[in-house]
Formats: sequence, structure tokens, C-alpha cells
Amino acid sequence: MRLPHILAGAVAALSLAAPALAQDTVAIVGGRILTGTSVIENGTVVIRDGKIVSVGSGSAPSGARVIDATGKTVAPGFVAVDSGLAGTEVGAVSGTNELRNSANTLSAAFDISYGLDPWSFTLPVARLGGITRAVVVPQHPGSSGGHVHEDETAGAGDGGYQTPGLFAGQTAIINLGQGGDILVKPRVAMVAPFGEAGADIAGGARGAQFVLFKETMAEVRLYARNKSAYERAGLRDLSLSRADLEALIPVANGSMPLIVSVHRASDIQQVLRLAREEGIKLILDGAEEGWLVAGDIAAAGVPVLLNPISNLPADFEMRAARMENAAALNAAGVVIAIKGNEGSTHRAREARYNAGNAVSHGLPYGAAIAALTVNPARIFGMAGQFGQIAPGAAADVVVWSGDPLEPLSQPSAIFIDGVEQPLTSRALLLRDRYRQQTPMPPAYRN
Amino acid sequence: MIGHHLRGVSLAAITCAVLGLSACATTGQGTEETAAKPSKDKTLAAGLDPATTLNPYPSTYQPLPRENFAVIGATVLTGTDRKIENGVVVVTDGKIAAVGDASTPVPAGYRVIEARGRYVTPGVIDVHSHLGVYPSPGVQGMSDGNEATSPNTAQVWAEHSLWPQDPGFNTARAGGVTTLHILPGSANLFGGRGVTIRNTPSITMQGMKFPDAPYTVKMACGENPSRVYGGRNQSPATGMGNMAGYRAAFIAARDYKAKWDKWREDGEGAAPTRNLQNETLVGVLDGSILIQNHCYRADEMAMMIDMAKEFGYRITTFHHATEAYKLAPQLAANGICAAVWTGWWGFKMEALDAIEENAALVDAPQGSCAVIHSDDAELTQRLNQEAAAALSAGRRAGLDISEEHAIGWITSNAAKAIGIADQTGSLEAGKRADVVIWSADPFSIYARADQVFIDGALTFDRTNPAYQPTSDFELGQPGYGLTAANVTEGAR
Repeated sequence: MRLPHILAGAVAALSLAAPALAQDTVAIVGGRILTGTSVIENGTVVIRDGKIVSVGSGSAPSGARVIDATGKTVAPGFVAVDSGLAGTEVGAVSGTNELRNSANTLSAAFDISYGLDPWSFTLPVARLGGITRAVVVPQHPGSSGGHVHEDETAGAGDGGYQTPGLFAGQTAIINLGQGGDILVKPRVAMVAPFGEAGADIAGGARGAQFVLFKETMAEVRLYARNKSAYERAGLRDLSLSRADLEALIPVANGSMPLIVSVHRASDIQQVLRLAREEGIKLILDGAEEGWLVAGDIAAAGVPVLLNPISNLPADFEMRAARMENAAALNAAGVVIAIKGNEGSTHRAREARYNAGNAVSHGLPYGAAIAALTVNPARIFGMAGQFGQIAPGAAADVVVWSGDPLEPLSQPSAIFIDGVEQPLTSRALLLRDRYRQQTPMPPAYRN
Repeated sequence: MIGHHLRGVSLAAITCAVLGLSACATTGQGTEETAAKPSKDKTLAAGLDPATTLNPYPSTYQPLPRENFAVIGATVLTGTDRKIENGVVVVTDGKIAAVGDASTPVPAGYRVIEARGRYVTPGVIDVHSHLGVYPSPGVQGMSDGNEATSPNTAQVWAEHSLWPQDPGFNTARAGGVTTLHILPGSANLFGGRGVTIRNTPSITMQGMKFPDAPYTVKMACGENPSRVYGGRNQSPATGMGNMAGYRAAFIAARDYKAKWDKWREDGEGAAPTRNLQNETLVGVLDGSILIQNHCYRADEMAMMIDMAKEFGYRITTFHHATEAYKLAPQLAANGICAAVWTGWWGFKMEALDAIEENAALVDAPQGSCAVIHSDDAELTQRLNQEAAAALSAGRRAGLDISEEHAIGWITSNAAKAIGIADQTGSLEAGKRADVVIWSADPFSIYARADQVFIDGALTFDRTNPAYQPTSDFELGQPGYGLTAANVTEGAR
């Protein structure tokens, strides 16, 4: 199915122009440009060698391939956060799932980057939703990954995986470019569930998890100071494996951020205190009750990955969930990134709608665009490298028929690292197969 | 199908099927007299005669206090493929009295709601909801949606699990949802009866129950039943086991029906023992109970259609139907609705081929019935957006679909899919005045439901806290009574 000549045939069937090469100069002119930090009306974006060369009111350089975006909106590619893109194909088919580490021999050292598939059919679907990068995270019992509806999981329990420890593993950043090396950066952050899920791992109560967590950090520091003694077996027994201890050193010394999945306001406060005491660089994930303690989060300078449409008391740690959470956190000065739905894999493309709903509930439009673009780049240490239309940034640019937060808008051109992407997907191939009527069965329609 | 033993309840039921569904075995009141008396005077003890207990948990729904009013100046999408700019909607005694352009007269004394720049649509109908049966909070003690103890639980009724205090009813209403069809889950081949409700707060299920809406029964194809029961080393463990299970159930129901028919005809011996499971399926066979069939794959839907012909009943709606677009002409030809998502796909094998264009392609043939549903307490709040995404995908595919047509996917077609199209789902004179005033074009992500009317009664008002009901569960919870600071409405 994924043989190159088949794919080429499919592209030709859709009458697409040959994708631009990265070294071509491309000028996108006449559009409304959302740079990620500002708006330029009737602007020009120039792309060369995979990077943004310029953005402003200038005209197209001579020799450039010109894309007319008059009446359209030009935006940075969106960055999916808390995502499973390229890490799973079919949620219920465990063999395709590279997001969960079910062994109890490995915890923090689990490295998701090895299992990510550039040919995953989740990527073109997300790309058509304007997503060009993703922060792919390990799943854990408290994550938003997977299709969680009761109707579909009837009798299936929790998916049949156990969690190996306090840490779910390490995230990776990918690009969504077709057929290339998608790995941008492995091991950019560690993931740990807190709240009810974290408490369950520790034995059922938060009081156990926090103590275990602090003890783990103490062991990591002991190990880091005494590696040679550890190798000689001259150090007391430690509860984690050497691989896990190694993986946690950058967390303990504050150089690798820890993504903490947490929901309840009081849990958020406890986690902020824990991070302060332990010198940990924190990213909050979820934070449905964050608006109740927005000032604390802002004062700690901690960013938040959130889904603005989580407004139901889905359980007892989300009883204060509100549609206005995103707006309130932003107003308090918290840097937020907006997630897609259900683990931002198959439904990653809905991130733009979630951002639109945040706007209709008080988030300024510019902040919503930033929450899909510059903010995630900033949160994961990639500021200036992608997530904005600015000179020197990766040329991840999407031309939209209109406001990208509107469902009625669609992309008309997508560039990743300056390479124009085909506007197709497996879903669109299915659509076109079944839209036709021919004497032969659909199997003969490619 | 119509044999020589046309007597008693079977005669009444078949008459119902011929005359139309709305008057038969309904959830409302005053329907018991449609069931004929036994041919001999053999009155059974209370609760033992199905013919006299068609409606044992009747609706007590009453509309909220209301007044006569007219909405003027808005863009009206009627749900009947009609768009009226600067339109007028007149509501009298809870019913739509008139819908028309600016020249439509407003009777004296009516409250006039100025809605220039805003949109008016019929109330949104969600045909696939588990609100109340899988409520928030999603804790074990409240998880009452799947009687996953036997592949055939046609005897259970979702209304008996429904918790009226689910906060999700309130958030759904704030998204314009005025009618909900609450279904049991899909663990079983026959999950039980569904119930249609008015989205009006009530202490009791009966207080929400939609008067005179037909009962429905949830069936499930595919992976769920075979996984749940196969996992217990029990039938069904496969797709063929699923089919055998449905067929055995309908054979048993036919047998049950024949026993009652015979007893009513000759009155000999003891009356058959009432069996709630068979009673529901007899309702399917006589057309009074509408099949709501969770079924993803095209090949499975085709078999379900054949099975309906094998046993002589009809399928009203396929739910989820991720591959309905592969079977669009057949669905239209058989008069079957397909209730689908736009964005959900890939969470299991039978959802692998789901495409965003599903609704638009299902909608294309003559006589089709495309519906957008939620199956989800979050999505139900934004069915207009799910319809917008489906419309957008359809237009991307080159299909010429108007907004006034697409709004039918969450209004008039949805009403048809659960057998209440004679009562609601469109802004037409005589229909229940289920009306939403939107802040903007409902196909915009920024649109919000400003006011929601159910049977002409203001039931939600976004700007008036007096019309923002909360459930008992919400009282005194963390954050109760607080509003997110520094939040400004609709800033862009």
C-alpha cells in the first residue's frame, strides 16, 4: 500500500503538482499572515532552503515560485502537544501501539522515539488539520490517550496495560513531513501522572506517591554523585534500575522538564510546591481546575498543556472544570498550549476547533493562535526553531481558505521544512474510491 | 406476515405499523386503549398482560412556564432546507405558529425578541447519548449504561438507569440540545430499550420523558459484543456468533408472539408468562419499537438489512456507521438513517475507514437520511460544529451542500431517526417550539447558543443566570459560584 509508485499514482490521480523541493524559493503573497505573535494583512512570506527567509509587506523575489494567498490566511503549522502521532495506528490494536510501556522493568528510561513510524497513516490526516509538528508522549493510566468512551470500552477494562512506575517515559518531537526522517528531537521531556492516576500507581493515595517521588529524586541524586561506587556495587540498593536512574538525572537537575498530568486545584498546588522543593522544571498537563489557582501557576512560571473543552466533572478531581479555563490561565499570564482530542492522535486535527472554542469563551484570538504555535515551541525549548512565521524558523507554513480555527476553512497548501506536502491521506483515497460509480467494484478504483 | 390469527395485540400492533409509528406503544399517555382486550374475558393479574402494560412508566413532563413570543430579524434555518434572511418565527402556546420573512405578522401582546445578526434553528437533537446512564462523574457507582451480563438484554430499559442529575444535561442544553435519545451501551447484541427525553431539568426520569415518543431498542454489531463475550469464552465470540445470536432472539420473539396470539384467540389454558426480553423484540417485529443499531462496517450493515427482511421488521437507524458512505445508495433505498461522527476514526479496526465526508456522502442519494450524533458528553455540546466539519469536508469533496440543508443533520433528520419528526426537528407551523437563537452562524466555531427554548419555554439563557440551571450534584462543588477571573465574552 505504501509503495512509492502507488503513492505517486495516488498523488497524480488527485492532480496535484509535484511537491516543491526544499531548495526552491517560494513566495506566498497577498494573504492575511498570522505569524504566531502578530498579524500582517496582505503580507508576503518567503521560503528558501527549508526556512522562512522573510515575512512582511515586501514583494516576491524574482524567480520565486509565487503562491497567491489573496483572500486566504497564512499561518504557522500547528504543534500537537500531548500527542500519540506516529506512535499508534489503531487504538485497540495493541501491536500498533508504541506509546505504552507495559513492562515493569523500565520506567523513566522508556524512550518513545524508537517506535515512531514516519509512514503512519495518522500523520497525513493530522497534517490536513494544519498540524506540522508533534510532541509525542508516553501513555499512562492518567493520560488523555486512547478512545475512552464507555460505549466502546465495555468490558474491556482499562485496556489491559499496567503501569511500570511513577514515570511513563520520555517524549519526542517529530515533524509531520511525508516520507522523511520525522524525528526532530528525542528525550525532550519526562512524563509522570499525578492526582488519582499517580496515587493509584503508588498504592492508592497521594500521600504515598509524593513520598515515593521525593525518595526517587533522592536516589537519583545519590546515584549521580556516586556512579563509580554504584558500578562497584559499593552503593546501597536503589529501587530503580540503572537505566531509569540515568534517565532521571536531567529531571532531578532541572535540565529536562517534567510533564505532570494533574487535574485538581489542590494537586496542582502540591505539585508546584514539590517542583520548587526538588528543583524540577515543570510542565502541567490537563489542569482542568487550573483557573482556581491561576495566580500560583503564573507565579511559578509553569506552562500548561490543556484542552479547553474539558468542562465536565468527569471525575472527582475535575469538579471545577470550566470552558473558561484557557482564558483565565492566559489572562493570569500562564503560557498555555492547546491540545487536540483523545490523546491528539487520530483526533489531533481537532486542536484548531478546541482553540476556536477557547476564543468563544474568552481567550483572545491571538493567544489562541499562539497556543497552537509559538507557545508549544517555547514550552519545549524550541523557540524560534519552529511554530512561528519568522526569519530563521523552519518553514512550516499552512495556507488556509479562511480563518484556520473555523471548521469551514481548509488548507490549500502545506509546507513542512519548506517542502510542500500532498493534500491527501488514506481517508481521502477512501473518499474518492467511493465517490465514483463505475461498472467494476470499488476495489478496482484507485 | 399477516396470517389468519389477527387477534388481540397483534392486530392492534400491525394496525399501528400500517398507520404509522407515532400512536403505538409510545412512551406517552393515553395509548393503552389502542391495545385490544383479550378475545375472552380473561383478565390477568396486574403486570402480567403485556397488552395492558405498554406504558408502565409514563411521562410526567410538563413544559416550563412560557409566554407567546416572536423572534425577528434573524437568519432562520428552518430544518426543511430553507433559509430565511431577516426572518420571523412566531411561537404560540409552545408551538410554532408561523415562520416567514419580515412581513410575517406578529400578534399583539407577544414578546418580541430582536435577533438581528443572529441565527435561529430548530433545537438540536442528539440521537445517540448516554447522558444520565453514563453520567458525570464517571465513577463505578454511577456507571449504569451497559447491562453487560448477557448478549441479549432486550429486557432492560435505559430509562431505569437514567440519573436526572447528570450535569451533562445542562452543558448539552447550553449547546442547543433540546431533545436527547438515551441509549444503553453496545456491549450486547441487544442492549435494551432506549428512551427519548426533553432536555428540561427534572427530579425524575418521567419528568423528562418525551411524551408519545416511540420506544427504541439498541442493537450492536461487530467488535464490542464479540470482544465482551468472547473474552469470557462465551458466545458470541465472532461476527458469525453475533448473527446467530440475533437470529435466535428473533425466532424466540416470534414464538412468544405466536403463543400470546393463540392464547388471545382461543383463550385455552393458562396465559403465557410475560417475558420482557421477548416483549421488546415483539415490539420490533410489529413496528412499534424502532431499531437503533450500532454498526460500523458496510458489510455488517448489509447483513443486518437482510436479517430484517428474514424476520419481517425494519431498521430505523444505523449508529456510528463509519462505513455508511460505502453503502449510501442501499441505505437510502431501504429508508434507513445513518447517524455518524465527523472526526472520530481509528480507535479500533471497525472505525479504521471512517472519513470526514461520511455524512455528506450518505446524504447525497435521493431519500437519504444523514444524521450527526455524539455518543459523548463533550461532543453533544457542539453538534453544530461537528456538522460544520462534515459540511466542510463535503464541500472539499466538491459537493454543493448548503447550510440550510446541513442543519437538518442535527435537527430534522435526527428527529426522523428516532421517530419524532411529526413533533419536532424543524421550524414548521404546528411543531413543538424547540428553538435555538445562536449568537452567530451555527456553522462558525465562535457561535454560541444564546437562548434555548423547549416547547416554547425559555430553558437556557446565556446572559441570564436565572436561566442557567445547575444539577444538585453541582451545588457546593469546588469552584461553585465562582467565575473564571478576567474572562471577557467573545473577545477576538
